[in-house]
Amino acid sequence: MTSTNLQKPPPKPIKTRRGGVQSIRTRQAIYLLLPTLIAIVLVAGYPLFITFYYSLTDASISSPDKATFLGLGNFWFTTDEGNAIGILQDPKWWSSVKYTVGFSLISVTLELILGMIIALVVSSTFKGRGFLRTAMLIPWAIPTVVSAQMWKFMYDSEFGLLGRTLKTMLNGDAILADSSTALWAMIGVDVWKTTSFMALLLLAGLQSIPSDMYEAADMDGASKWTQFWKMTLPLLRPTILVALVFRTLDALRVFDVMYVMLGANKAADTSMSAYARLQLIDNSQLGYGSAVAVLIFAIIMAVTVAYVTTLKVKFD
Amino acid sequence: MTSTVSVRKRSKKNPTFEMIKSVAFYALVLAIAFYLLFPFVWAVITSLKNSSAIYLPPLQFLASEWTLGNYTNVLQNPNFIKGFFTSILVATGAVAISLLFGSFAAYALGRFKFRFKGAIMYVVLAVSMFPQIAVLSGLFTLIRQANLYNNPLGLILSYLIFTIPFTVWVLTSFVREIPAELEEAAQVDGASPLQTLFLVLFPVMMPALVTTGLLAFINAWNEYLFALTFTSSNRTVPVVIANYSGSSQYDQPWGNIMAASILVTIPLIILVLVFQRNIVSGLTSGAVKG
Repeated sequence: MTSTNLQKPPPKPIKTRRGGVQSIRTRQAIYLLLPTLIAIVLVAGYPLFITFYYSLTDASISSPDKATFLGLGNFWFTTDEGNAIGILQDPKWWSSVKYTVGFSLISVTLELILGMIIALVVSSTFKGRGFLRTAMLIPWAIPTVVSAQMWKFMYDSEFGLLGRTLKTMLNGDAILADSSTALWAMIGVDVWKTTSFMALLLLAGLQSIPSDMYEAADMDGASKWTQFWKMTLPLLRPTILVALVFRTLDALRVFDVMYVMLGANKAADTSMSAYARLQLIDNSQLGYGSAVAVLIFAIIMAVTVAYVTTLKVKFD
Repeated sequence: MTSTVSVRKRSKKNPTFEMIKSVAFYALVLAIAFYLLFPFVWAVITSLKNSSAIYLPPLQFLASEWTLGNYTNVLQNPNFIKGFFTSILVATGAVAISLLFGSFAAYALGRFKFRFKGAIMYVVLAVSMFPQIAVLSGLFTLIRQANLYNNPLGLILSYLIFTIPFTVWVLTSFVREIPAELEEAAQVDGASPLQTLFLVLFPVMMPALVTTGLLAFINAWNEYLFALTFTSSNRTVPVVIANYSGSSQYDQPWGNIMAASILVTIPLIILVLVFQRNIVSGLTSGAVKG
């Protein structure tokens, strides 16, 4: 088959910009994209649409077909007896929002600072640099569930390496027992797990800064401190912004760490995703849970848009 | 920046100060290495100790007898073995589909000029930022309607939501950097797009395919929310480890949990160490360059 093809006169190269060639190329491109587009519609577009639809109904997980339309009743509804049953009236939802946002802000800030320190150390030359670079990949490679179990063991108030000390510091309370202290425990896990990812991104940014700029600055007698604030940081700005966007969005979706360390019910007090899953699966409320998922989707989209527009992040 | 400053700088370089500086620097390096590695090392140590030893104070715990008992327990646990093979099946399936579809799409996005290209790139990026929870109820009903609940195929399909955008994104940035002459030569010879892709671009793309595939594999291997929700008995390893239970509710078999954790992490760590360079470049091209 190929041999006959090869004897045909060669097609005109694309650069001639003839309409015919262009439209053939466009059609070929669409064929090539088709499997991906179908997959995206099937596993992302359509399920998202169904989630939006269910969020407006009282569907239950056992019989999703028998659903009545509620409008926005899942979000805000007060019964005749005066019971507030909408999500936006549920203190548990607001608790999960408050903790998730706090978790994200604190984790990402700490990761940026620690990641910057690690990246700066690894970008200088010293003995053992290769080893440290390799060590950076370890926390990243460990599955989140595994790292959650490892830390849960260390946080255990009876025999954990950290838990025993923390228990005395907290006047006899286990650190994972109360949401407000458990939050810090989970920030600890998240920072440990993802700082090295942040450091890798920053390191790539650092290495793209030409070294003769530093040589010039050295010649002019600028201290390392001045060089960092006046050169490194401004030049690293695009890298830092993209890393912040990725990590913040990741942190806002937090589920695994909290679910494994706290269990389905308590994780729902601190993680928006765990709250959604609790309503959706454990409480079988497909409609209500979908409405929570829609809210989370809206929050994450809003954060993305805010980041991309106000910080003028460029991905391309 | 004036000459006086540079004179003062130079005068600072006395040997004692330099030594203190390098000692402080190495202390920092050690602290970082300790921070990054210690939790994992502690898990390894725990996995090699008797479950009863964990109640001892740290030093006595370290001195207690070493044992492989936890590992033999875990390897005799049918749930763990089954989970291990389910995980391999699911992650491999999702990665194979993503690499195939993703390389088609990356070829189109990286090499062809057509309308809506920018829009498609944004859709792909948007899907990769999707909160998985937003599609959970939709996917759950879809999977149940298709009779794929508790079926590894259901997990493979659902994992495409994060493996496909990732592979498309990273492979596209790679395809763009392949010299155009290669492909033009193939076209002059009359090769169809698929022939060009498979015979000309694939060999050049091999390193990128390996890296992307590996990163997607790790993501699929570690996934928890979908695996927890869409299966009941065909669990993947993260779910098995999260639910590892002892003989009673209050008896968490920590030694076994740690041994199981180490067993599922070691393959990943070996892969990561072998492909270190590719992974770092893959991660950064996926995120930084976009």
